[in-house]
Amino acid sequence: MNPHNKSIDELKQVAAQVRRDIVRMVHAVNSGHPGGSLGCTDYFVSLYFRAMNYSTDFDMNGVGEDLFFLSNGHISPVFYSTLARAGFFDVKELATFRKINSRVQGHPATEEGLPGIRVASGSLGQGLSVAIGAAQAKKLNNDDSLVYVLMGDGELEEGQIWEATMYAAGKKVDNLIATIDRNGQQIDGSTEEVMPLGDLRAKFEAFGWHVLEADGNNFETLLPALDEAKGATGKGKPVMILMDTQMGYGVDFMMGSHKWHGVAPNDEQLKVALQQLSVNIAADY
Amino acid sequence: MKEYTYTEKKDTRSGFGAGLLELGRTNPNVVALCADLVGSLKMGDFIKENPDRFFQIGIAEANMMGIAAGLTIGGKIPFTGTFANFSTGRVYDQIRQSIAYSGKNVKICASHAGLTLGEDGATHQILEDIGLMKMLPHMTVINTCDYNQTKAATIAIADYEGPVYLRFGRPVIPVFTPADQEFVVGKAVMLNEGTDVSIFATGHLVWKAILAGKILEEKGISAEIINIHTIKPLDEEAILKSVAKTKCVVSCEEHNRLGGMGDSIAQLLIKNTPLPMEYVAVDDTFGESGTPDQLMEKYGLTENDIVAAAERAIARKQQ
Repeated sequence: MNPHNKSIDELKQVAAQVRRDIVRMVHAVNSGHPGGSLGCTDYFVSLYFRAMNYSTDFDMNGVGEDLFFLSNGHISPVFYSTLARAGFFDVKELATFRKINSRVQGHPATEEGLPGIRVASGSLGQGLSVAIGAAQAKKLNNDDSLVYVLMGDGELEEGQIWEATMYAAGKKVDNLIATIDRNGQQIDGSTEEVMPLGDLRAKFEAFGWHVLEADGNNFETLLPALDEAKGATGKGKPVMILMDTQMGYGVDFMMGSHKWHGVAPNDEQLKVALQQLSVNIAADY
Repeated sequence: MKEYTYTEKKDTRSGFGAGLLELGRTNPNVVALCADLVGSLKMGDFIKENPDRFFQIGIAEANMMGIAAGLTIGGKIPFTGTFANFSTGRVYDQIRQSIAYSGKNVKICASHAGLTLGEDGATHQILEDIGLMKMLPHMTVINTCDYNQTKAATIAIADYEGPVYLRFGRPVIPVFTPADQEFVVGKAVMLNEGTDVSIFATGHLVWKAILAGKILEEKGISAEIINIHTIKPLDEEAILKSVAKTKCVVSCEEHNRLGGMGDSIAQLLIKNTPLPMEYVAVDDTFGESGTPDQLMEKYGLTENDIVAAAERAIARKQQ
């Protein structure tokens, strides 16, 4: 059971609040990664406020719960804000992001015991393997809940992803829903400039995955896609959602460019961003 | 010198295989992963009895470490098996982030460590793995000395929460420790009490240290010999107690002089009681092809090298 199970209108409001958190968090420490965080906000909100079954009373093993792993750990702001807004820890703790003596580290970590985080990530390419392991543990435990993992599209340049891609299909890890944030951007430019990714649908289908595509910045299509993905589990194939997003979505001057991958807004830019992300539900942290 | 005898020679990797088999029967949470080296790691008996708890990963060690980390989430105790080189250097960042930093209860079991891998040569003879693994926070590092101890260690680490690197090897060597020994992580084993020099040895060098002790005795030198099977956490109490008596040290390991067990002991001495110390280790070089015995001789890891090191240490003490 999802502890929130919100309507689309409510999801939009939560997403606006999460986006406000993201820009404020990175602004406060003048560091962090707003671009991918904003682009993936609707995905995170869809998982934690609608699609996944879990308890906010965090247990590392998560038996009987759906699990989520973030492989591209640099979009930690959206992960932290979503976890806090979902009830894993007090939203006030978001104010400690990237500061000394904080549980809210630059990249997700278990070391300080932040509830909701099950593995460290940041060094790219590792999350899919971890998710596969967790999915296989669920099978051994006769636990029919699901494992979700998000990866960046630039992250597909890491070789380990393809080791894991081959394994998941070959070993029929069919309780796994992977998603690729296909925003077409990475640090040094577009993925097309840095390393053309080619036809991702054809690549994953050739490996033996069930592949579907979704607009990651539109709840009206993202929610049905997540439902479709769930429906495709348990049929002998791992499931891949190729999710198109816009880096910086929700803040006009951050959209459509790799330049906001790892740059924080200044005071004036923050003001403009927050005006665009006006929201009338839960207060800012 | 205490008498050590043996009736058979076995490889330490077979001790791992036997330990894993027993764990398969006694601990339902134990699972095993292998990267296409089932025969070399002696995992076949476990697999035969527990096919559902075995994961053949293929030649993809990075993926194996990640999957092992994931399997702990859900309460499994994964034992990964491949050669020491592919268990450490090849996958250092995966171990660092997904296992050590994430505090995952993964047991990284590494065979064919060191020069005694033999003819395959330096590509496979890792001599840096102890250093790599001991530098990782949360990681426990164990290097066992014979079949019985490797079996006992394999069983013991299943109940020892946290990531562990268990290092063992390929050659058949004397089985001289008791079959019914209790293996305590972090607790050094006194093999011979002596007064003139402390010889701390790990892995395959433990038996050679015993041989060296006999030669030293014939020369009128009383060697204290201690088996440091756990390099991290180091049994500081046992080491300091020994050197308080002998006042000089020899460390013996099938590993690079840089970053191995010897350096851990040297740090301990520097902090507490600086004393003359000699290393029996590979002197910052790669290995090469050859038989294990030829390689151990060429790279200075025989009982005679230990004897010479002990004599140097004693001479420095008397200066």
